[in-house]
This record gives sequence, C-alpha cells and structure tokens, in this order.
Amino acid sequence: MAADAATHAHDHEDTRGFFTRWFMSTNHKDIGILYLFVAGFVGLLSVMFTVYMRMELMHPGVQYMCAEGARFLPAAAGECTPNGHLWNVMITYHGVLMMFFVVIPALFGGFGNYFMPLQIGAPDMAFPRMNNLSFWMFVAGVCLGIASILSPGGNGQLGSGVGWVLYPPLSTREAGMSMDLAIFAVHVSGASSILGAINMITTFLNMRTPGMTLHKVPLFSWSIFVTAWLILLALPVLAGAITMLLMDRNFGTTFFDPAGGGDPVLYQHILWFFGHPEVYIIIVPAFGIISHVVATFSKKPIFGYLPMVYAMVAIGALGFVVWAHHMYTVGMSLTQQSYFMLATMVIAVPTGVKIFSWIATMWGGSVEFKTPMLWAFGFLFLFTVGGVTGIVLSQAGVDRAYHDTYYVVAHFHYVMSLGAVFGIFAGIYFYLPKMAGRKIPEWAGKLHFWAMFIGANITFFPQHFLGRQGMPRRYIDYPEAYALWNYVSSIGAFLAFASFVFFIVILFKTLLSPKNATEPNPWNEWADTLEWTLPSPPPEHTFETLPKQSEWDKQHSH
Amino acid sequence: MAHEKNHDYHILNPSIWPFVGGAAAFVMLFGAVLWMHGSGPYLFLIGFLAVLYTMFAWWSETIQENQVGDHTPVVRIGLRYGFILFIMSEVMFFFAWFWSFFKHALYPMGPESPAVDGVWPPAGIETFDPWHLPLINTLILICSGMAATWAHHALVHGNVRQDIKQGLWLAIGLGILFTAFQAYEYSHAAFGLAGNIYGANFFMATGFHGFHVIIGTIFLAVCLARVYQGHFTPEKHVGFEMAAWYWHFVDVVWLFLFAAVYIWGG
Repeated sequence: MAADAATHAHDHEDTRGFFTRWFMSTNHKDIGILYLFVAGFVGLLSVMFTVYMRMELMHPGVQYMCAEGARFLPAAAGECTPNGHLWNVMITYHGVLMMFFVVIPALFGGFGNYFMPLQIGAPDMAFPRMNNLSFWMFVAGVCLGIASILSPGGNGQLGSGVGWVLYPPLSTREAGMSMDLAIFAVHVSGASSILGAINMITTFLNMRTPGMTLHKVPLFSWSIFVTAWLILLALPVLAGAITMLLMDRNFGTTFFDPAGGGDPVLYQHILWFFGHPEVYIIIVPAFGIISHVVATFSKKPIFGYLPMVYAMVAIGALGFVVWAHHMYTVGMSLTQQSYFMLATMVIAVPTGVKIFSWIATMWGGSVEFKTPMLWAFGFLFLFTVGGVTGIVLSQAGVDRAYHDTYYVVAHFHYVMSLGAVFGIFAGIYFYLPKMAGRKIPEWAGKLHFWAMFIGANITFFPQHFLGRQGMPRRYIDYPEAYALWNYVSSIGAFLAFASFVFFIVILFKTLLSPKNATEPNPWNEWADTLEWTLPSPPPEHTFETLPKQSEWDKQHSH
Repeated sequence: MAHEKNHDYHILNPSIWPFVGGAAAFVMLFGAVLWMHGSGPYLFLIGFLAVLYTMFAWWSETIQENQVGDHTPVVRIGLRYGFILFIMSEVMFFFAWFWSFFKHALYPMGPESPAVDGVWPPAGIETFDPWHLPLINTLILICSGMAATWAHHALVHGNVRQDIKQGLWLAIGLGILFTAFQAYEYSHAAFGLAGNIYGANFFMATGFHGFHVIIGTIFLAVCLARVYQGHFTPEKHVGFEMAAWYWHFVDVVWLFLFAAVYIWGG
C-alpha cells in the first residue's frame, strides 16, 4: 500500500517542466539534490587532482608534472623538467574546492536542505526562494573557481599556486587574473553559505512542528543548527580578510605588506579565526548523520541525547577561540601559545563525549552491519585516529617538529577527508532509499566501503611516518629516504580512487534502475525521525498538514 | 494535485530570480576581474545592472506577496529572524576591519618589529580632527536615527501618516547629508588609500560603513515610497522594521568608528 501510494504520488510529482523544477526551484528537497550532485561533480574533479599528485609522489624525482607538458605516462630520466607551479596549482585547488565547494555543499547544503526541514516537520525552508539563490551562488562560485584554474596565474602559467589558505605575500604577489578569480570564488561561496545559514537557523527556530521543543529536535537537525551559526559568524570574517587581499593585490593597500606598515601575520590570524570554525562547519553535520545511523543500526536510542546536543554546541563555541594553534611557529609569545594550547585541548572533552556516546549507543545494542553502519563505524575509527593526532599537534612544543610536515597532512585528512567524507557516504547509503526510493545493493556498498576504508588508511597512515621522518608538505619531490612510505601511500590513493569510481558507477546504475525501496522506512523502527514516515521518494510537498506529536515523539531517549 | 495547505508557512511558486541572480553575480565578478586587469568595465557593468535588476524584481515580487497576504504572522516572525541574522553576519564582516585596525593601532609595525613596536598613527600621517566634521557627521547620523524612530513610533502608535512621512524624509535627508559630508572629507584627506596602512584601514573601514549608509538610505527611501502606497499598518510593517534596524546598525557601527578610528586612533 505504502509503495503504491509512493509511486502514485511520484507520477503526479512531475507536472513541473524540467527547467521549472531544477532551475527555478523553491523546493528544499530538489535543491538538496542539486547541491549533492554539483558537490559530487566538484568532488570528483578535486579527487582527480589528488590522484595525479599521488602519481607524482609515488617515486622520487619528477615524472609527470613536467615543464615540457603535463603527462599521464612517466617520463624517462632526464626528459622532464619539474613544473613546480603545476604541483602548487593542484594542491591549491584540491584544498579550495574541497573546503568550499564539496564538503559544505554536500553536508550542509545537500543533506541539511533535504532532511533538516523533514526532521522538524516543516513544509519547506523558511525562505525557499533564497534557498535556491544559495545554490546558484554556489554554482557561480564553482564557475569562478574553475575559471581561476584556467586563467593566467603565477610563473607565466595557468592557475594560482599559493595553497588554499591564500597566505600573503605569495597570494598578493601571484601574477595574473587567476588569484583574483579565486578570491571572488570564495566570496561568492561564502555569501551562498551565509544565506544558507540564515535560512537554516530561521527554519530551525521558527518552523519546528508543534510540540517539538528544542530538547526534542533530532540530532542531525541540531548539528545543522550549530553549523549554521558557525557559518554565520565565521564566514563574514573571511570575506573581510580576502577583501583585504584583493585590495592589496589591485589597489595598492598595504594590509599585509610590511613595506607600507602592514603585517602578513595579521592575515593568518583573520584567516584562521574563520578557518578553525570552518573545520567544525565541515565535521559537525557528519556528527549528526552518524548519530542517526549508529542509533538505527544498534537498535537503540542514541546514548546521552542532551550531552550530544550540548557537546556540539560546546565544540562550536570553543571552535572560535582556538584559531592560533594553526600558527604556533609565527612567533607568538609563550603566553599566547600556552593559552591556545590549553583551549585546543579542552575541545577534546566535548568531542570525547560524542565518541563515547556513540560507543555507548552500540554497547548492548543489536548491532547490524548494513552499509551505512559500516561507514559510521569507519567514521568512528578514522575520526578518533585523527582526533588523537590532533591532541599531539595541539601542543606548541611538539608542533615545532611537526609543523608543515606530512604528520599534519595525515592528521587533517583523517578528520576531514576521512571523517567528513565517511559521514557523507554514511548519509548517502542511509538516505538514498528516502531520496530516490532505491537502495544501493548491500554487496556493492560493502565492497565500496572496504576498498575505501583500506585505501584511505593505506594512503594516510604512512603519512604519519613521513611526517615523523621530517618530510615537509607541499613539495613536488622528495629525497630517496622517503620513497617507501610515499610509494605505499600512492598505492592506497589509487585503491581509494578506484572505490570512488566504483561508487559513481554503482550509484548511477542504481538510480537508473527501477525503484526497489519505496516503503517509507527501509531500515527498522529505530529510524524513528519524521522523514521515515513519508513515502520514498517523498512527494513534492511534504507535511501540508503538520505532523502530530505522536508521529515523532517516541520518548526513546528519556 | 488537489493539495491543501493546512499551515501558515509560505510555500513559494518557482522563481527564475535565484538563477538569474547567480548568473549575474558570476558575470559581475568575472567582469570585475577583467576590469582590474585592464579590459574595461563593460562586462562588470552588465553583470552589475543584472544584479540590481534581480534585486528590484525579486523584492517587488516579495512586496506583492505581502500585499496578497502570504506573510502570515509566523512568516513575519521568520522574516524578522532572518534579517536579524543578516545583521549579525554584517557585524562579523566589520569585525574583520576593526581587527585589522586595532592590530595595527595597538601593535604598529616599525623597523624593529616585532621586538619594538612602531608608532600610531604612522609617522608622516596627518589625521582628521575628530571634533570638526566627524563630530558633525556623528550628530547627523544620530539625528537621522532618531527621525527614523520618530517615524516608527508614529506608525505604531496611531498611524499618523503625516508624522511618518516627515520622519522618514528627515532620516533620508540626513543620511544623504552624511554621505555628502563623508565624500567631502575623503576629498580633503591628507593621506591616500594606497601605500600606507593608516589609509588602508581608514578608507576600507569608513568606506564599507559609507556603503552601508547608502544601502540603508535606499532602504528607507523604499519604505517611504511604500508609506505613500499605504503598505504599512500598525500591526504589519516588517519592511519598515528591517529598514529601521538596519539604520540603527549602521549608526552603531559609526559610533564605534568615531570612537576608535577618529578619536582614539587619531
């Protein structure tokens, strides 16, 4: 019956034309899907950059990124002049794209848009038309970013090679239009995120279904709410910093130029005042998804709902007061370093609350390793590894040795590339039946998971060793001594990339095949938030009659 | 489908403006980059006009929706939340400019930096006397804020149309006067934007404030036009409230600029 109803609803859904539905949308579900697809496309591009980088780093010497021309087959010894600019462009755009155009749009724009209103029983977002503006400004930002890669930059070549943090003086001296386009790309994506954040906060505060008090809101919605605050308060500060860069580059101001009384370290402070909240903007929505997945497949309510909520709030608040731990080596006083060290380590407390609560949720539960649960499990492991190395790096003294080495690369990829991305995949496998009425076959999901899990660990775990050996990050080449672990790391990257390609194939195969999961709830009764009461996929308009409290208030957590 | 909406939230029809707005933003910024690299302002101007037209069309649509009664009490609460959040993001934008100002004023760079700080204002910079034009401008802006509040009270208490109009005209006139005085001050500055950190901080912070004054003045003018159209009632005037909040926000930023940049930092 439910399946019939769903199919029936779907037949009627497409009375809108293609252009009207996807280009003029005011529908949070459609906009969420648009976000996910564009973020996935940019993600693929950004991942391809990394595969090319890992090809280059597989062996000592430069074989692919040659001044004579970039190649996909290795050059023989002596045939290749290293093209450092191309390398720098690759690392820069990998970072910029992943930070601004992949993870935030996928988790906050995609899942946030689709599921936050559903979970709180809202018929749509508070500002449905502005919601679409967020999406199209994100696309405008992507276009500016791609234009930046393809336009004249430093060293007489295309693109900017200054690193995603855009530190002056590199970024103020980089020639050409590329850097300016990159700055505007970040401006536009920031504006898009701020509008999105305003929308999410208003929706959360103003449109919760009757009876859903703040302490009854599902954890994913809470995670989006916290993230929205971080975006709202952090991104405008970044906009100021990069506007200063733009002025320094084009209008002769000297914010960051000591020759005119400016200070390049000021840029680092302002950037990281945004940049540290940014890492929580990236990871907190993943926390939300993981909470639902872990509870569902442990067949238990989440352990410690309220501490989980306030841990996210605490992480968000603390995220604003720890920024300078990214810049221990710039010459701050010992007092400042001590403060930032202490504040940083304090964050381990609420993060520990979350990790242990997830573990306690599984404890005594009937754990079922469906694909989403595997991803959540992977997330727990990888995020914990990244968190532990984070504690190591938080210490100013130890950071003297590790700063700008591969240890840092390993650390932030464990928390972000693996933490956030595993969160995204957990979300895709968990929510695809709801969004598309189709389940990816279990065998394919599990194969994807294990290949990615093993591949990612082989990629990044050896980078801890490289960092401890002293290999600096952001170089195209390295001495013979680092050859072994670089080789291993590259093999892992290829495996992870293969798993990603496999996922794309299997995703499209699933989307193009007939619906196979049209029941409202394809999992079990512990997936008890409001989105699971709707047909799969949901009709164009949901909750035209607001849900009754009995439909969602299961009182599990009390 | 015979759907029936059983709630008071606002479900919008599909709209082309977000797509047009995104495209216009791309054209404008791409054009701005070309312009900065010497290709002429044409593409930028096309994009800029498209952005302005999008805003005009979009907000006209919003006002029409308001007139047909889509803005129920709960939607009006949402609009207010949204606008307050927008102002908070603006506050954080100014935070960056104040950060740069305070950093450079408290720890000026000198030849011995960072061991020995330099001086502030930097040597050779002749700053404005805060007690002349800046003080007058402060009074003008505060009076303008009071005039806006007068209009607001006239609207809420008894809906005295004559007072609303007078208050708004006064607020707008004073806003324009402020901008004119600021332009006059800029043209008489003894320092430039380029090449020195004092000018960079001064012009970017007060410049962005001035830009916000212009936006706020336009916002008040739109409200005045809507008063003549009879759009506002003592119960329903979210647009007016937003304009007033925005105007007060611009006031407060100025007070901080006046105290920090002009008095303390001069």
